[in-house]
Order: sequence, then structure tokens, then C-alpha cells
Amino acid sequence: MNNMPAILVLAPLLGALFAGLAAWIQKQLSYYIALTAMAVSCFAAVSVLKDVVEAGTMQYRMAGWAPPMGIELKIDLLNAMVLVLISAIAFLNLVASVKSVEQEIPDRAPSFYVMYLLFVVGLLGVSATGDLFNLYVLIEITSLTSYTLIALGDKDRGHLAALNYIFIGVIGASFYLLGVGYLYITTGSLNMADVAVILKGIQGSSAVLTAFILCILGVWIKMALFPLHVWLPNAYSFAPVGFARVVAPLMTKVMVYVMIRLMVTVFGLDYILDTLHLADAVVWLAVTAILAGAFMALSQTDLKKMLAYIIVCEIGYMVGGAWLGNDLGMTGAILHILNDALMTFALFLAVGNIIYMRKQVAFSNLPGLFSAMPWTMAGFVLAGLSIIGVPPTCGFFSKWYLVLGAFEAGAYHFAAALIISSLVCAVLFFKVFEICFFASAPGDPDHHVAGSPQPIHYIHAAGHDRAGGDSGAGTHPPAGVMAEAPVSMLAALGLVSIAIIAAGVYAGTIVNTIILPFLQ
Amino acid sequence: MEILISIKPLLTVLVPLLVIPILVSSSQKPNVREAWIFGGGFVMFFLVASMVPAVLSGSKIVFTLFKLAPGADIAFAVDGLGMLFALVASSLYIVTSLYSIGYMRGLKEHGQTRFVSFFALAISATMGAAFSANLLTLYLFYEILSLATYPLVAHHEDAKSKISARRYLVFILGTSIGLVLPAMIYCYHVTGTLAFSTAGIFAGQLSKPAATVLLLMFVFGFAKAGIMPFHSWLPAAMVAPTPVSALLHAVAVVKVGVFSIVRVITGIFGVDLLAAFNLGTMVMVIASFTIIVSSCIALSQDELKRRLAFSTISQLSYIVFGVALLSPSGQLGGVIHILMHAFGKITLFFCAGAIFVATGKKYISQMKGLGRQMPVTFAAFFIGSLGVIGLPPTGGFYSKWNLILGTLEAGQTVFMAVLLVSSFLNAFYFLPIVYQAFFGKGKDDLSDAPVTIQEANLCLVVPLAITALASIGLFFFPRMFVDLIVLGLNL
Repeated sequence: MNNMPAILVLAPLLGALFAGLAAWIQKQLSYYIALTAMAVSCFAAVSVLKDVVEAGTMQYRMAGWAPPMGIELKIDLLNAMVLVLISAIAFLNLVASVKSVEQEIPDRAPSFYVMYLLFVVGLLGVSATGDLFNLYVLIEITSLTSYTLIALGDKDRGHLAALNYIFIGVIGASFYLLGVGYLYITTGSLNMADVAVILKGIQGSSAVLTAFILCILGVWIKMALFPLHVWLPNAYSFAPVGFARVVAPLMTKVMVYVMIRLMVTVFGLDYILDTLHLADAVVWLAVTAILAGAFMALSQTDLKKMLAYIIVCEIGYMVGGAWLGNDLGMTGAILHILNDALMTFALFLAVGNIIYMRKQVAFSNLPGLFSAMPWTMAGFVLAGLSIIGVPPTCGFFSKWYLVLGAFEAGAYHFAAALIISSLVCAVLFFKVFEICFFASAPGDPDHHVAGSPQPIHYIHAAGHDRAGGDSGAGTHPPAGVMAEAPVSMLAALGLVSIAIIAAGVYAGTIVNTIILPFLQ
Repeated sequence: MEILISIKPLLTVLVPLLVIPILVSSSQKPNVREAWIFGGGFVMFFLVASMVPAVLSGSKIVFTLFKLAPGADIAFAVDGLGMLFALVASSLYIVTSLYSIGYMRGLKEHGQTRFVSFFALAISATMGAAFSANLLTLYLFYEILSLATYPLVAHHEDAKSKISARRYLVFILGTSIGLVLPAMIYCYHVTGTLAFSTAGIFAGQLSKPAATVLLLMFVFGFAKAGIMPFHSWLPAAMVAPTPVSALLHAVAVVKVGVFSIVRVITGIFGVDLLAAFNLGTMVMVIASFTIIVSSCIALSQDELKRRLAFSTISQLSYIVFGVALLSPSGQLGGVIHILMHAFGKITLFFCAGAIFVATGKKYISQMKGLGRQMPVTFAAFFIGSLGVIGLPPTGGFYSKWNLILGTLEAGQTVFMAVLLVSSFLNAFYFLPIVYQAFFGKGKDDLSDAPVTIQEANLCLVVPLAITALASIGLFFFPRMFVDLIVLGLNL
């Protein structure tokens, strides 16, 4: 029997255990154990994806107990993709984290790595499990670890943000658990496949309806669908960088995965679309989420906060796509899980690099970044363009499918929202690019005066041609001098940037080998 | 039609891209860097030229890069139309590179490596747009071009260029995302394909109102074509160094906009559909408005580059106008204006830059008597003006001739008046400059002593002489380009 699905989840779990113990011997050891554990998990995920693409859905019975009694890991094309995504991002982030953890929380590095691994165990488990109750347990594992990790962050505001998150997170989890309770009462089973079969016969039941609504609401709270998003911006922007970089791209995306899993596998799309007649309302909700997220992002003056609101906006893309009620929309939503995770990860990596060098990412800290950190900014620009939806980055292609799906469903308001949010994101990112491109903020004493082409003014701004520069204003290093982040952080960003392009140009392949076969 | 599969179109796009890392790494050695620019430019031009015989013999050179969805791949297809545009852009890139050395070094500009790198990226995207096999690929390169040009417009890094660059993006990116993107996806939704075909892709699947809205979204959405009211980024973008204004904002960028509109009209809608719905006239009205109004605005501009910019806006609409005539001569005249206007206008911009480098003057009112000091430059300016006005012996005459013939063919005699009026306006805003330069007297020019000849450096004068002569050459030898267009548009 192929044990890879178990190794996939157990490697970080055991890694967490040993990383904690190893810290007694030597602190540095826990990092290497964590790195090894994630590498093993990543390898297992890739091998599972390969097997699933070749041989179809994989069922793994924990300790050999048969479902519906035993715990089952059930991996089809959809979660195989999500698992690779999670383990790869978690691994890459760990590579980038060694420096930022050293800088931010040097005294608690081992506990960071332990909690980090447990968090990843939760995410992997949520994505791999075929059992509704296990899903709840694993969601709670991710949530509990993220509370602690967020509280490790910003000294003043991190605790409050974490507390907020706990309150709302617990409410979300309770909703979901209650929903699972209803399902258990009506079907007597917790195994997803089993429940799905039984549900087919009792679709008219109001208990099933209640169960569905409770589960979906719980998941929506956890994924921060507007207006249930209020916990997200603070939680993500006050978390330590090493954690923000992994929670921002993954947490919400995994919850979107759970929503799609519930819709497609457990309750069945025909039940949701034909019996419930909720789809229109949900698409409208998604439209609101997209617009609200985009416009709230506009008013931010801190890069991290801005990105957090963009996540709220992107959630709307995926929820709307999934509820459009056609294959194109669902394809777009699933493709966007992958693409949005990559883009958000790249953006947060870039933000991490900037924070590493400049401590803050308020807009006032950004001028001159293009000449100081050209590699980081290259990655940031690429990811930003992907969020805007400029081809050939991956963001364009998920938008392509989503808009096509919207046209097919006649949901022109959803298409309009997507286009408007692209425009708003263009404004958002070019505002940031502009601040970073120009050497000093307008109003600065050494800001150039308009019009004059005399070269003497440009000594500060010279990129490659003239090294050096005489003075830099205030807090940041003189413009024109390279002050790049450590290689480990740049390498991670570089790899994700390549992935953003690759996921774009191979979007057709991804759709044809993974998403469409899954939907059929 | 014979279909040849060849990697050459891809190579043409890749060559300037591959040169960029070399440019960046040789930033401390300007001569080495410039040598590479020329190397890349010539290789690219020869690649394009090597495809000409095949295209002229009626073949189509195709290459599929990535398969996305049926009918919407990232793919290249070289036909007569794309070949014409690629020839124009790649040949002028070489001339502009020479000019740009003289200009940037003459003014001791900062950030020259960044400048040439993004220039190379822009020309690569232009080649990609010219060789696009479908609307999706065209859109991709259109967007890359928009972004590659941003650092060039913002080059001076001062408050003015910041505002201009911002306006540039708002107009260009705003319209392409807000109008073209949904229109394109809607086309794909209706037809399941985006591949260009002279018969159009809608086989009766489109009602007249839908076609009208889509066409308007495309015509205004490709704002690089400068159709009013989405034109004001172009005069603003004149803050960029003159080589950018010359190659990008008179040839590559703006013509990618026009080229996209031509592709949409001839390859997506198809002449027959537009004729059946009588939508050509609607586009002509829009284009005519732009032609006349921007010519009038050009009259009132004192800054030379701004006057040229408004002239460009009006001339770009000639091309749209011609294609929207939907008659063979009209379409020929419109499309060949891509070529003729390119050589005329780039000469004018080269002159403006040479004057600025040599004397620091950028206002027309300061240029009285300057012709005696810079005779070659102003002679070239005169030839360039003739080309834009459309007078013999320049290539511009050929396009105007065909445009007017086209209005008669299409029975749109009213619109002939637009062409004639605008030609007069063109003459009014160009010829006095030349006259004043040679015969006028500047305020501080009191003595009758002979003026010493003081041209700009050779790197600036040679390119403008080349393009001026080429402009005359095109009057005598337009045959090959006409053939390309006839093949490309199936006229």
C-alpha cells in the first residue's frame, strides 16, 4: 500500500514533536528538523499528485480501519493539487523564514517552528481528509496554532488581533461543528462519500438544509468572506512576517477548498443549485465582497493592510466563481485557489523582504525601493500584475475563466465586479509602484523640480549608471545604493515568481489535466 | 494559402528580450552596451526580413507557443499585415537606437541602462503584437507594451513626468482592462475562438446592438490609438526623452493601438459583418471627429513636441478612418499610412530632438531663423511635414491618394471633405515652422551677419536624414508594401 498520503501529513506532525525536543539540545536544530520535515512532506505531496493524475483517486485508511468507522484520507485531483500547493509554499516560506525569525522573534524561534509545523499539519489534514468531523478537528488545529502565532507578532497590537481572531474563529468553528452535528443526526455517518450517498435520498429535508447553511456559514467566517472578514486585516498584518507569509496565501484558500469540497462532494452541486436557489444571492454577496475589498484596500496607507484587503476581495472571486453554477466558473474558482495562493505568497514574500530591510511597510517607508531592492521589487511587480490580471501572469487566466463563466451564467454583475476590481487593483499597485519608483516622496526637500533635464539632479536616482549618491533623506538608506534582502529570501521569491508565470502559460494544461477531470 | 510552421516569429520576439540581461550587465561599459543594442536590432530586423519572401508568396508563418484553450492559444501567425508593421518597427528601431545614443549622451541623461532595457522590452512586445495569431496574444503583448513604456515615460523622475506617467497608465491600462478585456472575453464566449480570420469570427451570432457595443469597446479600448476622448495621454507622454516620443509615441506604441483596431475590424468582425450593419460609418464619424479636432488643437500648440503629438493623434485616426471605409482602396490607404506616417513622423520627432540637443529650444516661437543654423535638420523637417500632409514626393501622398479614392469607392463623398480639410490644417501647422526657420528672424537676431552652421552631433543628424530620405523613397517604391497589405487583408 502506498503510504505517501500518511507521510504527507505525519511528517510535519512528527517534525513538530522533534523540533520541540531538539530545542533542548540546540535551538538551531529545530529549524533544520522543521525544514527536513517540510521537504519530506513536499516530496510526498508531489508523488501523490503524480499518482492521482496517473491512477485516479487515492483512498488511504488510517491504520487500516475501513470507513465509515475508520478515518479515511481521500485524495482526488482537487486536493492533490491543494496539498502540493500547501506543502510547497510552507517549505519555501520556511527557507525564507530563517532570517526573518532571527530578526523578529530570536528568543522564541523553536516555539515558532513547532507551531508553524502544527499549523501546516492542520492545513494538510483539512485538505486530505475524507471525514467531516476530522475536518473540524483539523480546522481547529490550524486555528489554534494561528492564534498563538499571531500573538507572537506585533507587541502592542498582535495580542488584540489574535484575541479578535479567536472570538470570531471559535464562532465560525462552532457553526461548522453544529452543521456537522445535524448531518450526523440525519445520516448517521461522518464519512464524506458515505454522507453524500445518503443525502441523495433526503434532499427535501429541512435538517439537511440547516446543516448545509450552518456548515457554509462556518466556512465563510473562517475564509473571511465579506462581511465576515473583520478579523482578517489586523490578524494578518500584525502577525510575525514568517507566519503572515504562509497564513495569508494558504488559510483562506484552504477554506475555499473546503467550501468547494462541501459543495461538490458532500452536498452535490445539483442539490445546491437546483433545490436551494441560493446561488443568485451568493453571487451578489461575492460581488459585494469583491467591490468592498477592493475599495477598502484603496484607503489603506500600509502595504500589509492593503494586501490583507486584497485578500478579502479575492475571496469574492472564488466564492462567486464557485456559485455561478457552471463548469467555467468552478474552473475559474479552483484555478484561482492555485493562482491566488501563488500571487499572495509572492506579495507577502516581497513585503517580508522590505520589512527585513526597512522594518515598516507604511507607504512613507517605500520611496526609492526600486533602486535599493531591485530583485524584490521585480517579484513584487510581477505578483502585482498578476493580481491586476495582466497576461501572461497566472492571475489573468483565472480571471479569464471566471469572466467566461459569468457570461455563460448571465451574471453580468459578477463580470463587471471582476473588471472593476481589476481596475481598482491597477490603481492600488501602480500607486505603490510609483511611490517605490521615485526616489523621494513629493514635498521632500531633495525632490526634483519639474522639467529640467540637467543631469546633476539625478545623482540620487541613478540606478546602474552612477553608483552611489550623496544623501538619502531620513529613515531609509540612500537611494541608488543596493540594500537587498538575504539570498534565502530572494530565492524563495524568485521561485514563486517563476511559478506565477508558469502557472499562467500552462493554465491550459492545469485545467485540462486537473480541474476538468475533477469536475466530471 | 500555404501554412509554414517556423520558430522565426518567436525568435524575433525573443531576441530583444535576450539582449536585456546583457545590457544590464554591461551598464558600466556604454560602448559595449550600445554595440549589443545594434547587434540585437540587426538580428531582429534580419529575422523579420527573412520571412518576407514567404509572406509575399502568399504563405502564412505560424508558431504556437502555449495551448490555453481551443481558439485562444498564445500563438504567432505572420501575415502581410503583421509583416508590414514588423518591418516598420524593426527597421526604425535600429535608426532610433543610433539616434538615442546621440540624444542620451548629448544630454548626459541618467539611467541610460534602464532606458535602453525597457526600450528593448517595448520593441519585443511590439514584434509580438505584430505577429499575434489571435486577439488573446495581441492583448498580451499590448499589455506588456503598456507596462514596458511606463518607466520610459517616467524617465525624468520629476513631478511632471510622474503626473504624465500616471495619466498614461490610467488611460492605457484603464481602457484595456475596462473595455477590451470584457469585450474580448465576450467574443470568446459567443464564438469559442479569437483567431483572426478575414471572414470574421461571428457567423451570424451577433445582433446589431451587440456588435455596435462590442465594436465601440474595442475602438475606444485600444486607447493607444489615441481616439478622442482617450487621447490625452499622448501629449502628456511627450515628457519622455525624444527617442521614446519618436519610436514609441509616433510608431510602435500608438501603432500597436491602431494595428489592434485594424485587426479587430478586419480579423474579428470582418468587413462583411460591419458593412451589413453599417457600422463602418459609425467608426468613421468617431475617427473624423478626432482628425479635425486634434488638428485644430495642434495649430494652437507652441511646444513643438506637443504639436507633433496632436498631429499624431489626428494621423492615427486616418488609419482607423481608412480601414473603417471598408472599401479596398480605403483599407489599403489606411493601413499603408502605418508605414508612411511612421517615416514622416519619426523624422519630425528626430528633428525636434536634434533641435533641443543642439540649442535647448523646444518652443516653436523660439525657432525663427534656426533653419539657417541647422539646414539639414530643417530640410528633413520639411520632408517629414510633406509626408504627414500627404504631398509628393513623399510616401504620405500614396496613402492620402488611396484614402480619398476609398471615400469615392465607398460612396462616402462627405467624408472626403474631412480628409481635405485636415490636409489643409496639417499644412497650416507644419509649413510655417519651416518657413520661419529659414526666412524668419528671431528677436535676438538683429545683425545680418551670416550664421554659422551648427548642427547637432552626427548620431542625431544621420538618423533623421535616413528617415527623411526613406520617406521620399517610399513615394517611388511602395510596391512591396502594397502587396503585403493586399495579401494580408485579402483585398
